[in-house]
Amino acid sequence: MKKLRISRDGRNGFLFALPWIIGFLLLSLYPLIMSLYYSFTEFNFISNPEWVGLDNYKDLFGDRRFYKSLSNTCFYAFVATPILLVVALLLALIANKKFKLKGVARTVFFLPSVIPMVAATMVWIWMFDPTYGYINNFLSLFGIEGPAWLINPKTTKWALVLMGSWCTGTTMLVCLAALQDVPNSYYESADLDGANAFQKFIHITIPSVAHVLVYQAILNLINAFQYFTQVYVITTASGGNTSGASGGPENSILMYPLYLFHNAFVYQKMGKASAMAWILMVIVGLLTIVMVKLSKKATSNAGGE
Amino acid sequence: MNIYKTKKEVSKLMFYILFACLAIVFLSPFIVMLTTSFKTLDDAFTVPVKILPRDWIFTNYGDAVERIPYWRYMGNTAYITLFSLIGELIVVPLVAYSLAKIKWKGAAIISGLIMATMMIPYTVTMIPLYRTWHALGLTGSYVPLIAPHFAGHAFYIIIMRQFMKGIPNSLFEAAKIDGANEFQRFMYLGIPMCKPALTTIAIYTFNAAWSDYLAPLIYISNKDRMTLSLGLQQFLNEYTVDWTLLMAAAVIFVLPVLVLFFIFQRNFVEGVATSGLKA
Repeated sequence: MKKLRISRDGRNGFLFALPWIIGFLLLSLYPLIMSLYYSFTEFNFISNPEWVGLDNYKDLFGDRRFYKSLSNTCFYAFVATPILLVVALLLALIANKKFKLKGVARTVFFLPSVIPMVAATMVWIWMFDPTYGYINNFLSLFGIEGPAWLINPKTTKWALVLMGSWCTGTTMLVCLAALQDVPNSYYESADLDGANAFQKFIHITIPSVAHVLVYQAILNLINAFQYFTQVYVITTASGGNTSGASGGPENSILMYPLYLFHNAFVYQKMGKASAMAWILMVIVGLLTIVMVKLSKKATSNAGGE
Repeated sequence: MNIYKTKKEVSKLMFYILFACLAIVFLSPFIVMLTTSFKTLDDAFTVPVKILPRDWIFTNYGDAVERIPYWRYMGNTAYITLFSLIGELIVVPLVAYSLAKIKWKGAAIISGLIMATMMIPYTVTMIPLYRTWHALGLTGSYVPLIAPHFAGHAFYIIIMRQFMKGIPNSLFEAAKIDGANEFQRFMYLGIPMCKPALTTIAIYTFNAAWSDYLAPLIYISNKDRMTLSLGLQQFLNEYTVDWTLLMAAAVIFVLPVLVLFFIFQRNFVEGVATSGLKA
């Protein structure tokens, strides 16, 4: 009979990785499975889960606020995220230009992404104040009457886009790193051919960083589906109370994770919240598969490196 | 020729002006935070709003730290941050070493699983985890906030693994021939060589734990045990928000992060840029 023998390397590898393995089982895998089970049950903080079959899902598909939150999040994912990506790329192009302050540029553009989100959001709420905020006071210097940013349901989402543009530092850095990898000789030979700046941008810069852009686009898309802290802070601030569950003016910034949070911790419908979580899981899972496929394709197009 | 040169000079000047405007826009929230914190409340609520205070006052800082138990919250936040750091700095190198330097079948599987766990939204695991901690009677304590750091953050493990892969294997083999066991090779060879990556991970962990909002929001409801990020929220919950105090409180909250950023800017930047992933 063959004896099952575990090699010393196998044992050591396992022991070194053990903290992560335990964490994975208890903090990722178990909650993941339980969450799926919970989505077919109903319970609150104290009660035990009771099987209700597909009721939570049926409930959600007839819930107007569910659709509202999904459409708000889709706006952020499919309208705001592409805008933010373009902003990040433009900032990276500036920080990549050969000029004396390029180090300063990188620092200034990245700085907002470093500071705590809560503090940053609060400053923005103050700046967005229609009467006393700096933004509208600045606009009034030019005779422009600024909108009631976080009060008018038509402008709330655009306020988020503005705030987001300020916070694209991480994406900017990744783009910058990609730009710096483009060999200078490409541009030099284009210069010899008499290409102008725009042609160089379209035919050299964009193709060279395309794979990074695609990857970042989808990563940011996935993050957009988890956009929570900013809207939570804004809605609790304008609501003036933490016990209530506000989605902003006319629920215009009731993002999907925010509504999920309300269901779980305010309405105490843990089962319904779990159902929402699993719908989110499926969306994010699909996006991840697309990301893996696209980034494979992009890298093979770039010469299979 | 001369015209060409002036044209170039002008476009250069235009670019500098554009950049200056952009830099001011990006710095403006910092400026607003700082200048508002030195204003009187009346001044902050006077139209037209001036950037600089009409009268500089310094009492907002003193008032802000009295309005909420500021130093207690800072202590709580520092406590959580410290234990998060200990957890990550012990566990991340261990796991990364297993993946990068030990030849075993599990390494590839675990690497794949780590990437997969990064894609699981926090909201999916949030409810079962809450129930588990609740059943253990640990909601309201800092355990749910700190414990995950003792499993190693996926993103940090990946950074560390990449770094360790860069260390030549021959060094470890030489130590093996000299009779060093796996743990000694890790401890006395691996760790000292990973100092730059350890610094990066320490900074990220500090930043994440210091700024964390969602986890304290879910687990900490006792006012005495709150963290600074939750404490700041208390200013907003009042019927009329005292923005001058809030901004003063925010300045003190943000300051340690800014100082750290300026000291370790290179680590911050390289961590993001080399991995191409979001922290």
